[in-house]
Amino acid sequence: MNSTNNTVVVTGIGATTPLGGDAASTWEGLLAGRSGVSLLEQDWAADLPVRIAGQIAVEPSEIIPRPQARKLDRSAQFALIAAEEAWKDAGFTGKAGEDGNAVEPDRLGAVIASGIGGVTTLLDQYDVLKEKGVRRVSPHTVPMLMPNSPAANVGIALGARAGVHTPVSACASGAEAIGYAVEMIRTGRADIVVAGGTEAAVHPLPIAAFGNMMAMSKNNDDPQGASRPWDVDRNGFVLGEGAGVIVLESEEHAKARGARIYAEAVGQGISADAHHITQPEPSGNGIAQALLNLVHNTGLKPAEIAHINAHATSTPQGDIGEIKALRQAFGDDVDHMAVASTKSMTGHLLGGAGGIETVATVLALYHRTAPPTINIENLDPEVDADIIRSEPRALPEGTIAALNDSFGFGGHNVVLAFRTV
Amino acid sequence: MAATEKEIVDGLAEIVNEIAGIPVEDVQLDKSFTDDLDVDSLSMVEVVVAAEERFDVKIPDDDVKNLKTVGDATKYILEHQA
Repeated sequence: MNSTNNTVVVTGIGATTPLGGDAASTWEGLLAGRSGVSLLEQDWAADLPVRIAGQIAVEPSEIIPRPQARKLDRSAQFALIAAEEAWKDAGFTGKAGEDGNAVEPDRLGAVIASGIGGVTTLLDQYDVLKEKGVRRVSPHTVPMLMPNSPAANVGIALGARAGVHTPVSACASGAEAIGYAVEMIRTGRADIVVAGGTEAAVHPLPIAAFGNMMAMSKNNDDPQGASRPWDVDRNGFVLGEGAGVIVLESEEHAKARGARIYAEAVGQGISADAHHITQPEPSGNGIAQALLNLVHNTGLKPAEIAHINAHATSTPQGDIGEIKALRQAFGDDVDHMAVASTKSMTGHLLGGAGGIETVATVLALYHRTAPPTINIENLDPEVDADIIRSEPRALPEGTIAALNDSFGFGGHNVVLAFRTV
Repeated sequence: MAATEKEIVDGLAEIVNEIAGIPVEDVQLDKSFTDDLDVDSLSMVEVVVAAEERFDVKIPDDDVKNLKTVGDATKYILEHQA
């Protein structure tokens, strides 16, 4: 019988991002301070006010066979690639319970989130409907566009029968998925859960819509310098695409099979602003409450926290609200937290952000090296925290923890905590 | 001009190859779309729509369920093409 308070650990990581086609190349890009943002040279981008994005480094068509790929939205393709990598990285091959794979399908879960789901499929098929007629609309449209499609496809590919879930909370979705997965293992519903976030929204409609909200940077002349969290000249986020997925496992299960353990997944703190549908609550109260809930739920001590992979998307309001919240929740302890925004390099992957940023947070603990924030030429004087700029930062010896912040339109605040083992 | 049986099988082979990735030479009259050619019920709709365009034939949804094999489809198209 499983106890109901299992310790949860991370035993596998996978990613496909604007910096690289796997976790290793993404990590290398982050440490090198490389920007994955580029000019959108597609014809459809010509008339858009925003013509930059963090486009995927390795096209999924190079990996997934075409007959399979044509039934999968791009968001599900990213998720499958990252999940397969994480699965292999955790020491597994093939489907649970089949061909020598000893994982019990009934003890394996999958929780993969997306902020917008299969938006490109929906829009492409609407074009087909208008241009070619009803009969030509793909019968795969619904299973491709539904937001749970990435989770369901990963669950089918790996044979996950303990439960497959898709929390949707805009840009907090990926983090919420990982938090949900941690709870599944902690409470004994599963021994292993493959969890993360994915997003594929580089398409004229989402870009036009975000652009009209004044939420995006229009620095088309300087794509690599456009995402500049905490810089005084920041003027909005840069859209990115990709996925980050981790394998979470009960410590007991991981140790019994001699798995490599990257970090402990300590738990989560969640709150909601109940303030405005898109604007962050300016005092940071909502975020601070999520941080306090994290401490309350997990017993994590602020003194343990050495690094924060911040949400900071490069928007004027949001970047400052997050820093205020850190001070409000942790007081002087913030002084020993090295804070970075990897969105300065990847752009903002929306529902995929919590996925790839969790990968970055876990690797930072594992290698005791935190990635930098690039493009800060003039740090906003309101930023009262130790921001890692330009160069990676060595993290202290001993037991340390790191946080990954993710916040979403709707006022969703999710903070995940990990700890060295 | 109406297509011959061979032209229809070859055409279906190209369609199945495009949709399911099955080599064209494996698409034979006796092959079942579902059991042999990895064409599930949704992909079968795609096969049907592609065949309708290619062979100028209408295949109503109620008739699709009777097209189990490549032979069934070929015969249907031979009999119904414009």
